[in-house]
Amino acid sequence: MQLTDKHREYWRRNLNLTGILLAIWFVATFVASFYARELNEIVIAGFPLGFYMGAQGSLIIYVLVIWFYAKRMNKMDQEYGVHEGED
Amino acid sequence: MTALTQSQFFAQLKRYYTFYTGGFIAFVIVLAILEQMGVTPKVLGYLFLAATIALYAGIGIMSKTADVSEYYVAGRRVPALFNGMATGADWMSAASFIGMAGTLYAAGYDGLAFVMGWTGGYVLVALFLAPYLRKFGQFTIPDFLGARYGGNIPRTIGVIAAIIASFVYVVAQIYGVGLITSRFTGMEFQVGVFAGLAGILVCSFLGGMRAVTWTQVAQYIILIIAYMIPVVWLSVKDTGNPIPQIAYGQALQAVTVKEKELNDPSSVLGAKEAEVRALHKAKQTEWEDKIKTLDAAVATGTGAQFLADARAKVETELAELKAAPAPDAKKIAAKEKDLKEFPPTPDALKAKWKKAADGAKAKAGPVSAHAAAFSGKGAEKKLLKDNPSAGAEEIAKARAEDEKAANIKRNNFLALVLCLMVGTASLPHILMRYYTTPSVREARTSVFWSLFFIFLLYFTAPALAVLAKFEIYHHLVGSSFASLPAWVANWSAVDASLMKVVDMNKDGLIQLAEITIGPDLIVLATPEIAGLPYVVSGLVAAGGLAAALSTADGLLLTIANALSHDVYYKMIDPNASTVRRLSVSKALLLVVAVLAAYTASLKPGDILFLVGAAFSLAASAFFPALVLGVFWKRANKLGAIVGMLAGLGVCMYYMYATYDFFGGVAANEWFNIKPIAAGVFGLPAGFLGVILGSLLSPAPAKEVQELVDHVRYPNLEGDIDTQAA
Repeated sequence: MQLTDKHREYWRRNLNLTGILLAIWFVATFVASFYARELNEIVIAGFPLGFYMGAQGSLIIYVLVIWFYAKRMNKMDQEYGVHEGED
Repeated sequence: MTALTQSQFFAQLKRYYTFYTGGFIAFVIVLAILEQMGVTPKVLGYLFLAATIALYAGIGIMSKTADVSEYYVAGRRVPALFNGMATGADWMSAASFIGMAGTLYAAGYDGLAFVMGWTGGYVLVALFLAPYLRKFGQFTIPDFLGARYGGNIPRTIGVIAAIIASFVYVVAQIYGVGLITSRFTGMEFQVGVFAGLAGILVCSFLGGMRAVTWTQVAQYIILIIAYMIPVVWLSVKDTGNPIPQIAYGQALQAVTVKEKELNDPSSVLGAKEAEVRALHKAKQTEWEDKIKTLDAAVATGTGAQFLADARAKVETELAELKAAPAPDAKKIAAKEKDLKEFPPTPDALKAKWKKAADGAKAKAGPVSAHAAAFSGKGAEKKLLKDNPSAGAEEIAKARAEDEKAANIKRNNFLALVLCLMVGTASLPHILMRYYTTPSVREARTSVFWSLFFIFLLYFTAPALAVLAKFEIYHHLVGSSFASLPAWVANWSAVDASLMKVVDMNKDGLIQLAEITIGPDLIVLATPEIAGLPYVVSGLVAAGGLAAALSTADGLLLTIANALSHDVYYKMIDPNASTVRRLSVSKALLLVVAVLAAYTASLKPGDILFLVGAAFSLAASAFFPALVLGVFWKRANKLGAIVGMLAGLGVCMYYMYATYDFFGGVAANEWFNIKPIAAGVFGLPAGFLGVILGSLLSPAPAKEVQELVDHVRYPNLEGDIDTQAA
């Protein structure tokens, strides 16, 4: 089994995507919680923002991150010819 | 069914489960009609529990199998959507279902660590583990460690860590099953535990992963229906909006206004509150004085005598109660219980009194704002109250103290979130589920569905907590003891640890500081608070049972598989026949289940702490070795061994040194981090161990590097095959 440049590029792009999504996860989790007191000063529709992030906002971001990763990677498999056959 | 293609199979499953959901709803409606016709709640409770367990048993028996791949990984053809539901049920335990909203009710913002931690971990599962483990495609997590790092040592450490983390967790689940069964049927707790055990075994015993998967899907459907109905109803009742997750903003504002009023002694409600708080304060002082006399006795070496005297006092009181002209049976029973559970050592007595003092202290203080994050300890407020003309320097000092306390809270919050997330991505019973999808592609999509289904419950829980608070602050506080709402009267009669109201200042009205609520109450009582018939309470119990059973099933299977597959088949007898492997697995399942049920029936204390500890342990032991195994080709056997041992070791040492259950003291804490978040130290130790150990020894063999390439690409030409049949 010999890896081609194309394979290496696939892995590099996977790492980039993983890194970006991990950064989003980090901000939504740790930065948002770290500054929860400051964010709570902003109130939207009855919700202090810091509280809202912990209760719901970050959760929505997690779901979207995973959805995007699955969609993007499944497409990239096809582009680089490393996808699996049907079933 | 074997002749079906994957898409036909998927269509068939959708048909089955749609039909099943319809059938379940019809069953609930029939029970509702029976209730109207006068069937008693107890009978309804039995019907609910019996019918749902029979249903799970039916699915379990239909899915019985003698095929190894079916038994360990459900034949690897579980579609993403259904694997998502099964993971959801596998993941959400009795604590999530029943306890989460109550924790949020009590802790406000600080409780959100659990909401974020138990969902955000799936991002790590999706990005770092699920697709790669699926491509690897064997049966257990130690399998991966064994293949990637070679030799039996990494596998063995993996087995041990998997068993420790899962066993603690499964005991908590069986405990939950016992509580629910005993509460809704009136059985003894111990009987409830073993009845629940039967329910767990019928699902997993005959069909392994295959049976567990299809029952978990069924259990997810029941638990999500059971969670949503009462919350939506309550939301409509309180806000007129049927979407609780949006509507509770309005309720939160109203709660915030009320909190201010209750903390303001110049308002009518606030003045009454202050009165009761003063009474709590007096109680706190009383307990603290008692502790001081105890300490003094211990210091002079008469601790044992003191303990005997205190015990004798309870005995005298009991005798007096019994000798009264009209003996009060309830009081006598309570005293007898006191005497039976009387602390055996002066230390235990002190701990008991300390708890009472802390309880009074919590009630003596102002209510904390629900949405406020990391509040300080109120040093500035106290200073200004005690000394309104305090100088600028004193104020600045008090402020700094508050700031410091708040920052410690924040750091603990962040540490706990990290441990829960990484722990989520390391618990073998969850990772194992991604072996069951047909492809890498489906595994990725399946993590999305998993989190989506978990998200439905977790983003509703904060709404429920606020709606319940709204209800209690607005409708219960200030109402009269003479006309308690029915749900308050009912639940305080059932179990005083769940709901207790005492008129401390004898004004005939309820003050907030006079209400004691157990965390489980919020979910259990919501149907009644919302004014729904009893049948919905039964439904909630069935949902809680489904949550506990499904998690227990997944965990038991993980433990039994680690022993039968990793230890027996891979290490002891690699030539064992299929029949033999499965019978060993089933026998072990039975043994582990009985052991876990026995442990649960002893009612071990601190079960919640131990569950939290399981996350830290799993995170420290597994995460570095698993992730670096995929993302760093250079990682090798020595690295894995050192890393896993270092992670586990640091984590266990920290818990041992800082948690009082193991005789540790808080003074040993590093950076004031609580023992539950020990993983925050174990995790870096684990990573460091893998990296150092690997760099100190030669790079892994070419075959191992090929294995890494193999798991990185869903499909490669001329690829090796690692998938176990």
